[in-house]
Amino acid sequence: MWVLFALPFYAILAVAAGRFDPIFGTPIAVWNPLRWQLATFSFDIGQLFSRDGIFRIPAIHSLVYTFVAVVICLLIGYPVAYCVARHAGRRKGLILALLMAPFFISYLMRMLAWVNLLQTDGMVNRSLMALGVIHQPFPWLGGEPVTVIFGLVYGYIPYMILPLFGFLDLIDPRLLEAARDLGASRIRTFIRVTLPLSKTAIVSSCLIVGLPILSDYYTNDLLSGSPRTTMLANQIDNLLYAPSSGPGLGAAMVFLFMLALVPPMIWYLRLIGKEDLFEPDEGQE
Amino acid sequence: MSLAATVRKHNARLWAGVPLNGVVNWFRNPDGKARFLWVMVWGYIVWSIAPLLIAIRISFNRGKSLVEPDGWSLIWWWSNPVDSAWHRPDLHSALLQSVKLASLTMLISVPLGVAFAIALDRWRGPLPSSANFLMTMSWVTPELIIGVALFMVFSHLLRFIPFGTPAQLLGLITFEMTYPVIIVRARLLSLGRETEEAAMDLGASPMQALRRAVLPQLYPAIVASLMIVFVDSVDDFIIAAWMAGPSSSETVAMRIYNDARGSVTPALDALGCMLMVTTLSTLVVGGLVYRYLAKRTHGAEEGALSDIVASQA
Repeated sequence: MWVLFALPFYAILAVAAGRFDPIFGTPIAVWNPLRWQLATFSFDIGQLFSRDGIFRIPAIHSLVYTFVAVVICLLIGYPVAYCVARHAGRRKGLILALLMAPFFISYLMRMLAWVNLLQTDGMVNRSLMALGVIHQPFPWLGGEPVTVIFGLVYGYIPYMILPLFGFLDLIDPRLLEAARDLGASRIRTFIRVTLPLSKTAIVSSCLIVGLPILSDYYTNDLLSGSPRTTMLANQIDNLLYAPSSGPGLGAAMVFLFMLALVPPMIWYLRLIGKEDLFEPDEGQE
Repeated sequence: MSLAATVRKHNARLWAGVPLNGVVNWFRNPDGKARFLWVMVWGYIVWSIAPLLIAIRISFNRGKSLVEPDGWSLIWWWSNPVDSAWHRPDLHSALLQSVKLASLTMLISVPLGVAFAIALDRWRGPLPSSANFLMTMSWVTPELIIGVALFMVFSHLLRFIPFGTPAQLLGLITFEMTYPVIIVRARLLSLGRETEEAAMDLGASPMQALRRAVLPQLYPAIVASLMIVFVDSVDDFIIAAWMAGPSSSETVAMRIYNDARGSVTPALDALGCMLMVTTLSTLVVGGLVYRYLAKRTHGAEEGALSDIVASQA
């Protein structure tokens, strides 16, 4: 257990700070920390902040796409989760099963379905043209940020809805009835009671969706594949497969990336009040 | 004229002739449930499922079209001896590899996870809690980082484990073991220790008590874990891709990733559909077994659904 979890991170460090074999063009891991060279790390950090560094634009893409995708996920996901939690009644089981269906279908298959639909002569373009929204086919798959964000939202929104539903379902309906009885309108009840109660739920679901979106590279590869939309994770993926010094740089970047993600990860765990995820809440039973 | 007034005037012209009050009131439905929320819910469900239905329909095409329904046939599933998903060597082996990996992962990680859950439930002290923390971290760490980390381990440290099926299996087991641990541990906590203590009072050894009194009550949770681990690992992409070796270790998800943009026939859609059929039948069979077991074991009436929701949320 220990070995399989702790060792990998040591291995990343060893490759990132290791030497480089000039003949075979492969990195050599250096296991002795005293002989580590930190040049790859400083190089990567330089590339992240300098004007035309190889990580600068991808990092900006990553942040912007993730932010927009998470906000859209929340705007669609919250009302859906709210409605199912509050109003579903007898049909809750059926609707919940439908909401969970995407969990059981391969992510790549769901993206493949959209690749077919978004082709230049695909159904999306044809419907939009029939409706008169556009007059020429739009090149959805030609490296458009819109498509990438759309794909990310489509891919990860189930992971937003389910936890939100879990939290919203726990809100005691008597609190809302009390607010209504005291004269608050529906909207006021929502803003003054439901929304504050679900603040933790909102932040933690945003984190649980944002973390995988940040490290997603395949959605981008499938729906765009163009340098115009490269995200940080794509750049890492490319570097690790590249010859010469690529893998060392990629490994260093993975490590920096991980360091950057640790605070939100801890924040998430603290929010859901389970630093020990395996200690189930008594209240839920 | 103020901006608001302009907008109002524009809107008035736009909606002229539409019984706007009626429409708005229907959505607001002041006396009953808020209909616009329901419109969103069903709209979302249609949006999330319709693309897949279209992909399924396209896989039954007679022609080569990837973008529209085009006749009905099983050419891309089965009947074409060269290009169908079942007969094209690369697609066929991808399907087998996915199913093989998922079955082995399920058979190895669930017993391990159950043992781990029982150990964590009984054992107090610093070692189990730090093991716990490590597992929790691996649960929230983005999969890309786990994939790269495992890749570094197998390429630089554990060189005797070859890339391909062995490395893929080890990676998947490590990652998937968290499901049975969460599910089984939740069940153990809700069971309490009464039956076990009763069995021991009646003369059973600790091992016997575990086997005859505790384990039978865990069966529903174990079936739920088997189901989830299979379904999750059959669809896995990142770990399988990073741990892949020769082309025979390509899974369906990797095949889709590599071919989706260059695909020329609906065979790839058919392959994806075969995977969906596999997943669906696992869920149906698992669900039936779960129901049967839950009826037999008293006190486990909650559906498999709630077990799954608990593990995801």
